[in-house]
Amino acid sequence: MELSTDLQMDLHRRMVRIRLFEEAAGRLAEAAKLPGFLHLYVGQEAVASGVCATLSDDDQITSTHRGHGHLVAKGGQFNEMMAELMGKSTGYCKGRGGSMHISNLDVGMLGANGIVGAGAPIAVGAGFANKYSDNGNVSAAFFGDGSTNIGAFHEAANMACALKLPVLFICENNEYGEFTARKDTMAITDIVDRAAGYGMPGVIVDGMDVVAVHEAAVEAAARARRGEGPSLIEAKTYRFYNHHGVQNLGLKYRTDDEVAVWKERDPIFTFEDRLIEAGTATRADFDSIWEELRADIETAIQFAEDSPLPDPEAVLDDVYSPREEVPA
Amino acid sequence: MSRKLSYVQAFNEAVRQEMAADDDIFCAGEDIGAFGGVFQSYAGLQAEFGKRRVVDTPISEQAIIGLGVGAAVTGLRPIVDIMFMDFICVAFDQIVNQAAKLKYMFGGAATIPLTITTGGGGGLSAAAQHSQSLEALICHIPGLKVVHPSNPYDMKGLMTACIRENNPTIMIKHKRLLGMSGEVPEEQYEIPLGKASVLREGNDVTVVGWGRMVNEALTAADQLAADGIDVEVIDPRTLQPLDTATIIESVKKTNRVVVVHEAVRFGGLGAEVAAQIQEEAFDYLDAPVGRIAAPFSPVPFSPVLEAHYLPSIDDIQAGIRAAVARPGL
Repeated sequence: MELSTDLQMDLHRRMVRIRLFEEAAGRLAEAAKLPGFLHLYVGQEAVASGVCATLSDDDQITSTHRGHGHLVAKGGQFNEMMAELMGKSTGYCKGRGGSMHISNLDVGMLGANGIVGAGAPIAVGAGFANKYSDNGNVSAAFFGDGSTNIGAFHEAANMACALKLPVLFICENNEYGEFTARKDTMAITDIVDRAAGYGMPGVIVDGMDVVAVHEAAVEAAARARRGEGPSLIEAKTYRFYNHHGVQNLGLKYRTDDEVAVWKERDPIFTFEDRLIEAGTATRADFDSIWEELRADIETAIQFAEDSPLPDPEAVLDDVYSPREEVPA
Repeated sequence: MSRKLSYVQAFNEAVRQEMAADDDIFCAGEDIGAFGGVFQSYAGLQAEFGKRRVVDTPISEQAIIGLGVGAAVTGLRPIVDIMFMDFICVAFDQIVNQAAKLKYMFGGAATIPLTITTGGGGGLSAAAQHSQSLEALICHIPGLKVVHPSNPYDMKGLMTACIRENNPTIMIKHKRLLGMSGEVPEEQYEIPLGKASVLREGNDVTVVGWGRMVNEALTAADQLAADGIDVEVIDPRTLQPLDTATIIESVKKTNRVVVVHEAVRFGGLGAEVAAQIQEEAFDYLDAPVGRIAAPFSPVPFSPVLEAHYLPSIDDIQAGIRAAVARPGL
């Protein structure tokens, strides 16, 4: 597949936006400006970007506890995201959700999720609604390798296949479930082996190669839109930071050498090298993109810091929907 | 125009009439299609509305609730069935952490018009995993509403309200009431959620009960009337939100109250009712709030054991007599 320059630059831009957002969130966390837990997506940018570039705002995704990248890739805006991470009233969730529940229904992002595996059944429900309404939309469930060991994933995958729903199962295999190596928690090497058990096609892609991810996602989405049912994509990838927080080296459960090997394959820098080599863009082009997006991040941090905190008296708001409210 | 329907027929009619009026409503669950569900709650609906709208699912309770949550948040109005209430435990993450919380976690942006239907209660020798009354577990979760009708008329009106509700709502059908017959209007009607029903007026003591137990309480009250004990019987009908105001008003009149439920006594909803009464009407009480409930064990299998385990009409009468025996102030 020959990708247009515009599309390649779009994929690049999505990845850089994620990287900058996550690096900024990490710095803010270190400065004790973010309450709660922080699970950074750095290293895995090609997966969210490659998949979401083939989805519209009307297509839905479900995400994980490591969900900022998915929302950025799906079209989330820095200001509202940064404000949410700071627990401000201007955040996407008015400070009710935070990092682990960040969402924006306007761009079809049905929530990061603090429960491993829980997003997949919800994506299946969205897929059901799409098929029921015959609207041509698809849903995509992002989840990690560890997620494929939990019952909810298996139920969701089986049900999506049994009902032949337009759903993409996107496994981000970063080789670790929290602080334990994947190889210690499953007897198979490739998650994709599980696809056949449900009766759906599965494909392994290099999760550090945004073009490879995108091409697989285009094919899976097209298949879903044609009414041919779900697909599983296993993207082999790596998180550069710890399960949570901003430490990346000196961890007990993986070696610094391993981290160094994966960082050699950084999805953004390797992609930039390829585009420069192909004459698609120049170093100067990329420098100006980084500079422009860095400025956006600084604006977002300022926006978030200047934003008001939620009114404590509003803690009971939005527990229930009123009867008059008609769902979209 | 009213005619007699059974409790389960009243449920079925509410679903059918709402489905006919709104294409956004679909039903999904185990065995509900061709078979109509193990309690025949969904009988005939797939024949009438087709497989698109009445969906047989795999035996996958987490995915069944997830199907409902995902479809609800993207604009449909799902009714999903969990065959036995005991099986909500299999799907507890999707009910408690997802359905109940999405709206709040998303800053109010999500709307989850989801009805979860399930069969609860004992009395069928169905033993420990098919007989429980787990309403206290779900009433404890902000974001959920919980409904438990005690008769066919209430069933139709409450089920209609559940379907029209814009929040995740759990409709508990009592398995021993499925065949209960009563007058039910043909036309659609709603009984608002959160509104109790005073099933019997009286001046001496208030009994609060729900599901099958409130019917047992009515029988007990009729028998006690012969002894000159005038019992008021209240069925909250909706357990979350609980219509505390109606209960408090009654207690202020009778000054004595007994709560009856099938669930185990420890941590049951009777404790919540008792706590609210002492907070709101402490000075009106002439006796401690009585609780008639199951003992703290799993539901047993053998009919003789289960009959002993479940609160009986005699147990309820004894509880009422104990409450009225206390000298007033």
